Amino acid sequence: MKLWIFLTVFCAGTTVLPAQENETEQLKRQLQEMRENFEKTQREQREQIDTLTRKLDEVMKQQAAQAQRPSETRPAAEAQAAPASTGMVAGAWSPADPIRIGRSGTYMDVGLVGTFAAGMSTASDIEEGTQLGGHDPNQRGFTVQGVEANFTGAVDPYFRANANILFSVDSGGESFMELEEGWLETVSLPGNFQVRAGQILTDFGRINSQHPHSWAFVDSPLVNARFLGPDGLRNPGVRVSWLAPTPFFTELSFGVQNSQGETAAGFRSAGHSHGGEEEEEGLPFGFRHPDNDRGVKHFDDLLFSPRLATSFDLTDNQVLLLGASAAFGPNASGASGDTHTEIYGADLTWKWKSPRHHGGFPFVTWQTEAMLRRYELGMFDWDEDGNGGDGDGDGFVDEGVLVNTGTGLPAVLAGETLTDWGFYSQLLYGFHKGWVAGVRFDYVTGDRGNYENLPLIIADGAGGGAAAGRDPLRAERWRISPNLTWYPTEFSKLRLQYNYDHRRDLGEDHSIWLQFEFVLGAHAAHQF
Amino acid sequence: MKRTLLALLLSVLLPAAVSAKLNVVATIPDFGSIAEEVGGEQVKVTALCRGTEDPHFVDARPTFIRVLNQADVLIESGAELEIGWLPPLVNAARNRRIIADAPGHVVLARSVRLLEVPAGPVDRSMGDVHPAGNPHFWLDPLNGKIIARELAAAFSRVDPPNAAVYQANLEKFNERIDKKLADWTKFLEPYRGTKVVTYHKSFEYFADRFGLVISGQVEPKPGIEPSPSYIAALIPRLKSEGVKLVIIEPFRSQKTPDYVAKAIGAKLLVLPEAVGGHDQAKNYFSLFDYDIAQIAAALKEAR
Repeated sequence: MKLWIFLTVFCAGTTVLPAQENETEQLKRQLQEMRENFEKTQREQREQIDTLTRKLDEVMKQQAAQAQRPSETRPAAEAQAAPASTGMVAGAWSPADPIRIGRSGTYMDVGLVGTFAAGMSTASDIEEGTQLGGHDPNQRGFTVQGVEANFTGAVDPYFRANANILFSVDSGGESFMELEEGWLETVSLPGNFQVRAGQILTDFGRINSQHPHSWAFVDSPLVNARFLGPDGLRNPGVRVSWLAPTPFFTELSFGVQNSQGETAAGFRSAGHSHGGEEEEEGLPFGFRHPDNDRGVKHFDDLLFSPRLATSFDLTDNQVLLLGASAAFGPNASGASGDTHTEIYGADLTWKWKSPRHHGGFPFVTWQTEAMLRRYELGMFDWDEDGNGGDGDGDGFVDEGVLVNTGTGLPAVLAGETLTDWGFYSQLLYGFHKGWVAGVRFDYVTGDRGNYENLPLIIADGAGGGAAAGRDPLRAERWRISPNLTWYPTEFSKLRLQYNYDHRRDLGEDHSIWLQFEFVLGAHAAHQF
Repeated sequence: MKRTLLALLLSVLLPAAVSAKLNVVATIPDFGSIAEEVGGEQVKVTALCRGTEDPHFVDARPTFIRVLNQADVLIESGAELEIGWLPPLVNAARNRRIIADAPGHVVLARSVRLLEVPAGPVDRSMGDVHPAGNPHFWLDPLNGKIIARELAAAFSRVDPPNAAVYQANLEKFNERIDKKLADWTKFLEPYRGTKVVTYHKSFEYFADRFGLVISGQVEPKPGIEPSPSYIAALIPRLKSEGVKLVIIEPFRSQKTPDYVAKAIGAKLLVLPEAVGGHDQAKNYFSLFDYDIAQIAAALKEAR
């Protein structure tokens, strides 16, 4: 038994001993390796220490040399110069392009502009009555004129992009959202060309292509709202522009956009349709043939907008900018579906700025835009269904149908071309840093159309009706608006404006509006 | 008629083609002045901002678009000095030679060690604080040398055949600065440590270089107008500190600074912060000549 144990142990021992020898060698090897590593590290560290000591010596020598110069209050700027490649201080937050989304290097700037108004008016029809603009104050009390988000940045080396999305609350308290703009633009096309594509504000005159927050008044000029629409002329499309090689600034641009939709007022705008779902009373653009809903079938179903702008410095302190714009496209009137609208515009901007301006003040700006619209009104028979306008068979012409009291029948309107024109002129005086006094004069009118001379009534469905009279969307009106704006900084403003409105047949109205605005985050520099 | 048109077209197109000079556009006239020194006969320099103007609030004139359209080199300060007006001009200029990161686009703030880089988070409640640091760096002649070095490098990148000329001009400029700096420093040496007040933080680099101590600003925060209560609180503090000078740029309203100066028994001094800010400040060197002579004269009087 003992022998067996001994044998077992011996055998085990003989098997263990070689293993122990192996381990010893292993340990020796490890020790050797560690020693080598240690020595290597030590060598490296010694080298590093030597290098640093040398560097320190050099720096100290330099400093000693500089200390001999009497001027030093800090190390020489050369020594401070950061290498160009490091760029700006990494991670520094910037109020001007503050919110960077995405990895460093690929980013977009995000900004938010909130514009509100409060006020009173003697008008009973503020929304679409005295105030024609889609973002104008629209009721007594408070109005959300818009809270607009702006996203902008470089897409890649070839394009930059921009989007403006507006959130707002209408006079009825309903929230809504609008895509004001959303486009990409080329960065460096050859031949001085630039292409912008997407949802774009038409490059027509001055006010139309600016966002409301950069306007100098609480509301849209009448001529813009009447001819280019409450929300301005904007639609999906493309704009090609070219900078001419002249000694002064000359830019030629050409826009092609869809001509349908509510942001193409005066063209194939939605609303005011007749016979469709959106039936509304209104003259004269209410005669809307279903064929006008055809979308884009032909090349000339598109909206074309050329513009020429030129600018030169009159003196060192005075700049003049002149522009000529036009917009051509089909409109939605009549039954034929081949009627067109032409809008022509001319604009002038003159600015004087003190050669010793403090924060951009003082300055004086005079800006004027005039527009002429020729609108082909298509022939339209209000007895669309051939039942004498009595669709419900009660013996009376149905409510809302236009009736010629001369015949007692639904009106048959001949085709004609209507001419409207108008202008605004505004003068701004920035008299002290942050303070601007302004006054604007608005005037719009239209030549009396044949349809306005007919004895027309809008049927009430019971044999009578209200006289249609002069078209309120084309009748003469004018407005004078003095205002005072205080900009505590470039990022906030308070504006008080008085409007004296005079509308033909409707009389005069007085309104007073207080506008307040904030800008959060990125805020792109304003163009001239 | 055809011939007239052709002549007109040629007269418009040819100058750009024939001129062999490098077309250099600088935002601030000081960069323009240094560009002229470094570029010499090889460059044609245009400055967008004038020396009398507030460089933060230059108008984005459409004519500048055409100027930038023809530029071979664009020199800007960066650090958001020109952010309120330059970006849309560059976007509209359709010039690939000067777009971001093009060889001809020089952003000087990237090469200069800026003062007053905010240590903590910045927001707009602090006024117009530049997150990258104070951009008025050209008022230190040693930063002028860095500017010159960057310009020589940019001109050489864009116009390699003349690189040696730019290098020689750079060396000449540096020598001149070194010599002038010694004179300027000597001239202001007696006034080292003098306490001054400025309107905006425009003279930090200047004061730092020449040993003036800036005790505060007339504006409570960058770009924010002072209120009467702020001024009322500022006056006793400046008085107790013994401030000798109130320095403002030519474009500031003198009313409030003058009131402060009188109240604390100091002298109001209108100093150009840029070339062209005064008739005698014709170039980068005469700007310092003028400013330093003005300060020395004012302080001599105050003693």
